[in-house]
Amino acid sequence: MNPQPPEAADADPAADAALERALILATQAGLPLTPRPFATLAEQLGSDADTVRAGFAAMQARGAIRRIGALPDHYALGYVANGMTVWDIDDAQLRDCGRRLGALGFVSHCYHRPRSLPAWPYNLFAMVHAHDRAEVEARRAEMRALLGSACRADAVLYSTRILKKTGLRIGA
Amino acid sequence: MPAAFPAAPSASFVLDALDWRLLDEFQRDFPLDAQPWARIGERLGLGADAVLARLTRLQALGCIARVGPVFAPKRAGASLLAALAVAPQRLAEVAAIVSAQPEVNHNYEREPAGLDFNLWFVLTAADAAALDAAIARIESATGLTVMRLPLEREYHIDLGFRLHGGRP
Repeated sequence: MNPQPPEAADADPAADAALERALILATQAGLPLTPRPFATLAEQLGSDADTVRAGFAAMQARGAIRRIGALPDHYALGYVANGMTVWDIDDAQLRDCGRRLGALGFVSHCYHRPRSLPAWPYNLFAMVHAHDRAEVEARRAEMRALLGSACRADAVLYSTRILKKTGLRIGA
Repeated sequence: MPAAFPAAPSASFVLDALDWRLLDEFQRDFPLDAQPWARIGERLGLGADAVLARLTRLQALGCIARVGPVFAPKRAGASLLAALAVAPQRLAEVAAIVSAQPEVNHNYEREPAGLDFNLWFVLTAADAAALDAAIARIESATGLTVMRLPLEREYHIDLGFRLHGGRP
């Protein structure tokens, strides 16, 4: 005997959007560290745990959530050197070089941005986090070797002060 | 007995090998399960309570910023990385003007390393016109020209950050 199907969650797009917005607001500062975090969230939002879990799965499937996990604070763990490495890469080899740098475990962001000549010749950016500047320099040497002759020049800009940082995606 | 690795040189806490595994191996694929801590514990040989206690401690110590989702940047709207070359004696004044713009959500001072650009900031706005207006305000208030570096393409796939057991 087949049970009646539950009310399909995707039958009401407006309700889905409202739930997703509520989930973002409730979890942009993290999941509750309780024995049953999804049940706790559901209680807060007047929903049920299965709906909450399905909401996260749907957001992940369509790319609105990149990943869910324990997010280390690099700085607290000793990764106190933050170097923005910048590279002047032959345009014809940019895509290949971008993929190579982007795949490195110590690179947290890797972007192609336009040059701004003559002041700024660099077209590839890769953020490197390390314990100290000597380690950033060692990483840069690895990156330079990986890029070979496709790289014409490079530099690193170390952050010295955070003057403003707002991380929230939407306001509460 | 698991080896203990020191964390930040100035940190007053010591993390054991299981702590480092919790930090390193669970940055993605969080189990969307009614009992996620038990699922994580299965991989570490720990009970659900022990996993939850360790994560709670790591978060209280500041080693974990949070346990939760990483949201993709908003696809709607416009954003831009921008930079200014600021004379050192004007840095505080110019930085304050930049930070005061509501469109600016990150603003960093960077050592320019022989280049002139020492103030780097990210602007986000509803559309390109609002972005242009914010940049025009910054340029007129500072008398400086903003270098605009829009994102053309992203190469990094965000899978988390390898911690290498916390050691260099």
